[in-house]
Amino acid sequence: MATLSLTRGRPVAVAGARRERRRQNLVGWLFISPIVVGVVVFQFFPILVSMGASLTSWNGISAPKFVGLQNFRDLFGNDPLFVQTFKNTIYFTLASIPLTIGVGLVLALLCSRPIKGVAFFRTAYFAPYVTNVVAIGFVWFWFFQPDNGVINGMLGQVGISGPQWLSSSSWAMPAVILVSVWQGIGYPMIILLAGLQGLPEEYFESARIDGAGAWARLRYITLPLLTPHFLFLLITQFITSFQVFGLIYVMTKGGPGHSTSVYIFNIYQNAFGFGKVGYASAMAWILFAVIAAVTFLQWRLQKRWVFYT
Amino acid sequence: MRIATKTSQYVVMTLFAAAFLAPLVWMISASLRPEAQVLSVPPQFLPKDAQWDNYRQIFELIPVFLWNSVKLAGLNVVGILIVASMAGYAFARLRFAGRDFAFIVLLATSIIPGIAYLIPQYIVFRHIGWVDTQYPLWVPKVLTPVFATFLMRQSFLTVPKELEDAGKIDGASTFGIYWRIMLPQTKPALAAIGVFTFLESWNDLFGPLIYINSENLQTLPVALAQFQGEYFTQISLLMCGATVSVVPVIAVFLFAQRYFIQGITMTGMKG
Repeated sequence: MATLSLTRGRPVAVAGARRERRRQNLVGWLFISPIVVGVVVFQFFPILVSMGASLTSWNGISAPKFVGLQNFRDLFGNDPLFVQTFKNTIYFTLASIPLTIGVGLVLALLCSRPIKGVAFFRTAYFAPYVTNVVAIGFVWFWFFQPDNGVINGMLGQVGISGPQWLSSSSWAMPAVILVSVWQGIGYPMIILLAGLQGLPEEYFESARIDGAGAWARLRYITLPLLTPHFLFLLITQFITSFQVFGLIYVMTKGGPGHSTSVYIFNIYQNAFGFGKVGYASAMAWILFAVIAAVTFLQWRLQKRWVFYT
Repeated sequence: MRIATKTSQYVVMTLFAAAFLAPLVWMISASLRPEAQVLSVPPQFLPKDAQWDNYRQIFELIPVFLWNSVKLAGLNVVGILIVASMAGYAFARLRFAGRDFAFIVLLATSIIPGIAYLIPQYIVFRHIGWVDTQYPLWVPKVLTPVFATFLMRQSFLTVPKELEDAGKIDGASTFGIYWRIMLPQTKPALAAIGVFTFLESWNDLFGPLIYINSENLQTLPVALAQFQGEYFTQISLLMCGATVSVVPVIAVFLFAQRYFIQGITMTGMKG
């Protein structure tokens, strides 16, 4: 008992303080132990497994076979579906981000002005964001029916004969994007609304005195002051739209052809459909690298356009 | 504001509101229609004679799925609130060796996207025999609430120190101080995290989709998506199911809107 012999003979207060510190350490770690155990077991360990798996040919059950970088070579050189689903994901992302943030901004501006019943409107715009993607997918699936769907019915009223939507390889993706934008707008709206409400009133006062009109105030004061919020939204929306899955699964299952098959859907099919666990792990790491690189780039480029007061 | 501007603002806002609510209204209306009238051109937004019997039928089909969804949402909410508030309290208020290091490591894990864990977690769960059980749908989530811990820490930091000292003088244990004195002070943060967790768990599609094979363990959204043709042979019944899956969410959102928005804007503040 080395500790005992060390403490013996010392002033009681020092030994007591040390015991107290040890007790505090123990209590502290007890409080955080659930999350520490969780992160180690359910995050750190799986990440190591995943890194290893990406270098193997493995179905997840029998012994993995080490293949080095073969998975990556196959993906980049020998897998048209990888290229196509990657392109589809970029298409989805590039279309949905400006639309959600742009319309979100319009709605936030509308909701930020003093007007009766604004709480109702805010809730209405936000409702799709909290509802279930399966329910939403179904409703829109029927809306997009070519012959008796609501969308083509309305287009017909104004003399346009609408496309085949979900069964057309060129219109299925725009249809999914439309639904995703419709569902997702609540989030940027809330973030921008919070931003608008935090803007210092003095700037607008002095601009008004200088004779700046509503448009000039928006262009030269509001938008620059909101740039930190735009940066935040760009980063988060990129991460979420690059991982879109639910709507695709419910509305199109990736079809027709592979026209709406996005990257995560491809990973999902490889890992859980075809049992190509090693291959799918390599795909997951490529996705991770792309997200990390784009996020880093957005962060680095912020100096060029983000305005901090 | 001039009356003309105000009117045009109302018009624009109402048009948008119609566009956002119409699909949800159509869903409810379709759920109440006789099957023959579900898809009609032009669309009907109000059913002529409501078929409440559709709901009787749907509630006979889905009680198991509904219960599974409720159970998992409950486990996630309670579990995450306990784990995150304990860790948040320790990071905010206790002194112990390695605290700041542990906190930074935890925060660092949040930059790795979920997709990186997805496949390896599945493999790990298969090895320990958890595939086709409900454990993967709550155990890993309850034990890794990194962001909720961050929010709880922020919330505990704002509680005045005097409250804690009073508890110490009364001889309360650290756990007693946390549970009886500090925790009640953080109700808004607890509410925000609770609402968020409920919505996330209730609406989860991917988790139950990959982990559950047995029908009697499946949650409501996946049951709707997977058993369409086999169970819900009519669109009106499918829409009943969809409505049942949306109503609790709208109810929670309406009651706890303030906390939900607070949770979202707290996320946004970091930017």
